[in-house]
Amino acid sequence: MFIMYPAQFNYFAPKSVDETLELLDKFRDDAKILAGGQSLIILMKLRLFSPKNIIDINKIPGLSYIKEEEGYLKIGALTRYSDLEYSDLIKSRYPLLYESIKHLADPIVRNVGTVGGNVCHNDPGNNLPSVMLAYNAEFLVKSISKQRVIKAIDFFIGPYQTALQSNEMVVEIRIPVQEPKNSGAYMKLERRAGDFAIVASAVNVSIDDNGYLKKVGIALGAVGSTAIKADKAEEFLIGKKADKEVIKKASEIASEQTNPSSTPFGPSAEYKKAMAKVLTFRAFKNALRKVGVEI
Amino acid sequence: MTVEITEEPKGVHGMGHKIRRKEDIRFLLGKGNYVDDIKLPGMVYLAFVRSPYAHAKIKSINVEKAKTLPGVIDIITGKELEKVGLAWIPTLMGDKMMVLPTDKVVYQGQEVVAVIAEDRYKAYDAASLIEVEYEPLEPVTDPKKALEQSSPIVRPDKNTNLVFKWEAGNKEETDKLFKEADVVVSQGFYYQRLHVAYMEPVGSIAHYDPVSGKLTIWMTSQAPHVVRTVFSLVTKIPENKIRIISPDIGGGFGGKVYVYPGYVVSAHASIKLGRPVKWIATRSEDMRSTAFARDYHIHGEIAAKKDGTILALRIKVISDHGAFFGDANPSKFSAGLFSICTGSYDIKAAHVEVVGAHTNKPPGGIAYRCSFRVTEAAYAIERLVDILAHELGMDPAELRLKNFIPPEKFPYKSALGWTYDSGNYAAALKKAMDKIGYWELRKEQEEKRKRGELMGIGISSFTEIVGAGPADLFDIVGIKMFESAEIRIHPTGKVIARFGTRAQGQGHETTYAQIISEILGIPVEDIIIEEGDTDTCPYGLGTYASRSTPTAGAAAAVSAKKILDKAKKIAAHLLEAREEDIVYEKGRFYVKGSPDKFKTIQDVALAAYTNPPPGIEAGLEAITYYNPPNMTFPFGSYICVVDIDKGTGQIKVRKFVAVDDCGNIINPVIVDGQIMGALTMSFGTAFLEEIRYDENGNIYGGSFAEYMIPTAIETPKWELDKTITPSPHHPLGAKGVDESATVGSPAAFVNAVVDALWHLGVRHIDMPLWPWKIWQILKEKGAVSDE
Amino acid sequence: MSQQLVHVKIIINEKAYEADIEPRLLLVHFIREIAGLTGTHVGCDTTNCGACTVILDGRAVKSCTLFAVQADGKKVLTIEGLAKDSKLHPIQEGFWVKHGLQCGYCTLGMIMAAYQLLMRNPNPTEEEIREGISGNLCRCTGYQNIIEAIKYAAEKMRGGVS
Repeated sequence: MFIMYPAQFNYFAPKSVDETLELLDKFRDDAKILAGGQSLIILMKLRLFSPKNIIDINKIPGLSYIKEEEGYLKIGALTRYSDLEYSDLIKSRYPLLYESIKHLADPIVRNVGTVGGNVCHNDPGNNLPSVMLAYNAEFLVKSISKQRVIKAIDFFIGPYQTALQSNEMVVEIRIPVQEPKNSGAYMKLERRAGDFAIVASAVNVSIDDNGYLKKVGIALGAVGSTAIKADKAEEFLIGKKADKEVIKKASEIASEQTNPSSTPFGPSAEYKKAMAKVLTFRAFKNALRKVGVEI
Repeated sequence: MTVEITEEPKGVHGMGHKIRRKEDIRFLLGKGNYVDDIKLPGMVYLAFVRSPYAHAKIKSINVEKAKTLPGVIDIITGKELEKVGLAWIPTLMGDKMMVLPTDKVVYQGQEVVAVIAEDRYKAYDAASLIEVEYEPLEPVTDPKKALEQSSPIVRPDKNTNLVFKWEAGNKEETDKLFKEADVVVSQGFYYQRLHVAYMEPVGSIAHYDPVSGKLTIWMTSQAPHVVRTVFSLVTKIPENKIRIISPDIGGGFGGKVYVYPGYVVSAHASIKLGRPVKWIATRSEDMRSTAFARDYHIHGEIAAKKDGTILALRIKVISDHGAFFGDANPSKFSAGLFSICTGSYDIKAAHVEVVGAHTNKPPGGIAYRCSFRVTEAAYAIERLVDILAHELGMDPAELRLKNFIPPEKFPYKSALGWTYDSGNYAAALKKAMDKIGYWELRKEQEEKRKRGELMGIGISSFTEIVGAGPADLFDIVGIKMFESAEIRIHPTGKVIARFGTRAQGQGHETTYAQIISEILGIPVEDIIIEEGDTDTCPYGLGTYASRSTPTAGAAAAVSAKKILDKAKKIAAHLLEAREEDIVYEKGRFYVKGSPDKFKTIQDVALAAYTNPPPGIEAGLEAITYYNPPNMTFPFGSYICVVDIDKGTGQIKVRKFVAVDDCGNIINPVIVDGQIMGALTMSFGTAFLEEIRYDENGNIYGGSFAEYMIPTAIETPKWELDKTITPSPHHPLGAKGVDESATVGSPAAFVNAVVDALWHLGVRHIDMPLWPWKIWQILKEKGAVSDE
Repeated sequence: MSQQLVHVKIIINEKAYEADIEPRLLLVHFIREIAGLTGTHVGCDTTNCGACTVILDGRAVKSCTLFAVQADGKKVLTIEGLAKDSKLHPIQEGFWVKHGLQCGYCTLGMIMAAYQLLMRNPNPTEEEIREGISGNLCRCTGYQNIIEAIKYAAEKMRGGVS
């Protein structure tokens, strides 16, 4: 404890995904992938985590990209947060993702931290797990012997735990391309700018030409052991016309799906549950306003 | 407010000039010289093993594995220090503290074993291999419990947790007035435990030269001279063979007055090994083991007449000092200058009692930008006055105006014994009210309240007490709290001036140069200011508690005037006139009536060495050890406006006006900088910062990931203004300013928030005002929104 | 264990520094201890304070949260490389003119964050400046004069201040 000098480790800097997968297969739980390292290196400095082998994937070409293709927004695992922040495509078409990135850590950390690293680290207080759940994102995962696609809902299984096997790595994040009348918003309550969320709510919503809710994604951060998809609230809303009462009800349903615990000397579970509702309501309010619906 | 374009520090710039700081260039180019920037040949590194327990017996220490690690040079335990009499050292408050424990640990994060290795990584590798076997003991972390009979005893060398009992004022008279009063308001306040959180963690490099027997220590110290004396007394090394250098310091705020175990162990290790030993605390180590601030449990009562006239004040405090009484107060003041708690008000009688307790927490109680417990005092009185106003249904501004000490009453003797040098409190408050549009805001608040919106306005009209201090009252370990300034003018008119203070960002290299430039008319670029080297600088007590300008600034002025006296004699000699006929004006001397035929201060300087008048010593220099006749009493009025989000409990500081009066100003840009910095720190205090301990003594808030220093995003935009009431006794009419805003503003923030909620039945909320606390209150009062 | 050493070459302020290092060596320690450039500071251990901010291949990074091996073959700009021909960079000048520093410890990080901000946004609003330096903590100034300094620099870099 109290240290800021990491323990020794063996360092590998593979030049390809295949080479990485070979190393992963060899070391399994004794290895850790270093992507942006903005969580990993902190843990290593404090010696809360001291992996024997570090596999640095930063020297692999072709793992950083943002493109729409085959009905998906495809994001390379090594894409930095700031690449998303300064992407016109993300800013104009993926407001939920954009807002969540703007509220992720700080501008300097965003230059280094990666989307792949964020989802794999699966910190319950971090931004992207809930965003991925709200978008119904998928992750393209590879191991030496196979590749598979894991849905976000199946991926985030517990605090700092994912469905990844020890020999697998995420190579791509896939978010379904959003419909024309789509919007979204990310509301994060934090102690201070750049801090982890006290509670966060991610909302992605599409409406039809008559103003009825066509697609809805809601997920909440920091109110359970991992990000929580508010599927009951989503179901409740589909096909309904968005008004204040409906959204309030949905926010309440979403809040009921959360399972927060009280923070010592900090916010109570009761507060967090209440905030889940308030923030979800506000996220909808902001998102709907962008598609011309006032509630 | 915006800063104007400042002038370059070239030419003669005296009082009131907005010049750029002389010290800045090295920092801007990355050429500052902080302790960790210094690298000596053969230097090795020290790391500590620290206690995971708040209270535990040390059963055994196994260093075998660590010893064999390549690169490890030495391992030092408390038992080893005990043999050389260094396991314990005295604190500045007459207590003693452990350097390394021999038998038991008394707080979590305490240094237990030191490792010396070739580099830092290896030192920490070795530290993590040292096995310490503990037998946990029951800890006590609540000072009230610590004072109960049944409490575990923190200290192995004491049989009580009571540190001191201190009181001031007239109890009988106070009690009598309380009985006669129409209204009595009483309220408990907890001023939470804080850390100063300077940006540069503490550290030292000790270098013992076995040939000369000289020990040089580079140290993050705000008070190097006193530390040298203490070191000499403890180690028996002659004081002239100890040199302490405080190089550039990355913020101090009171936290770098304390003597830390790392300083002592690095010195011991260097003497033992004959090599330079560097110790630099990591941030988390620093947060968990260096001196804390506040942790004051205050119970205040105020008695008044129905019309709002304040009669008397009664305050009881339980102060938590952690394991060692390590405050950096003047010796006679166990509770610092808390007795300034009658504040800006004409109060007939007051009584204060402070009881100090040991707990299983790190020591400190240091003066965090607070001039020795003045923040706690100002907070208590300004909260009490505000509650009184609300109870009486009076406007808080009007109640204050009614009770201020009127300007004609200065010098004013307070009920608790201080003689305030000067003040015009109503002028400052009225200026702040005008600037912020106070009555319009009250109107807006009324309208908003009708709509169910929560808006609050908070005032704080504080009085500071700085510039310790007069020798009859103030000393640290027996050394009188004078301050020194030595000015030397060389033959070519260039100046080196040396001081016993040590800036940590306050800009002494500029302000002191301006003082000298003001009096001697020498361009500021020709004046070099040096501080922080005990071998070269005159003895001084250091920089803290806003004392540098009131004491060292005055010393500089007196030294400059001494030089001027001699310069006049030399000028008379050069101008072949009588001394009494010499007129001095801004660096020039001439004979009365002939201003065109003059000698400059530079001419005089040259003559001082080349052509001194008969009977007068050569040279042009002076040294002063200034004993201030009184403290200075800066003051101000702050007004804060907040809006509260009923959905989340979040508070937004919409507007904040600060009107400060620190007497005559040397450099307005630097003064404003100090105020804005201190306001931001207090914004952190009010809303974000706290260190907590659970009952097992585990810390919460012990790293920068957990201790929430404000960023630029939430920090409000400050609006500053001034009134000027010169100090009648300071040679320049100046007062200290560095801490005014930390003293004055916490109450303004809390008063604003309580003002927003008073109609719901809220009297007080302890800091920090986290949104979840506010929301909980709103919920209880049925005022939350679910939108 | 006997530790593997890695040979790295890092270009700092246009000068190459080569060394055989342990992979665990943090970039900030390479800059300070091996290159001897002590203008870059360490203020915390949790990537909050930004006192170690440098520009790595055009992006501001916290050099305490990268291993030096990750910078192998890359270009680093530190505070020491900012002034050209003994003339302060406009950002440095802004900090001087507007009293944007006190103790000086966070200053280099603030300047590097501002450098990044102005690279991406030559005419930032006050809000954008506050956001742009939000990964850098300052305990002395209260940020207000830092914001003024960055505004000054932005104007000067756009050709507005002589």
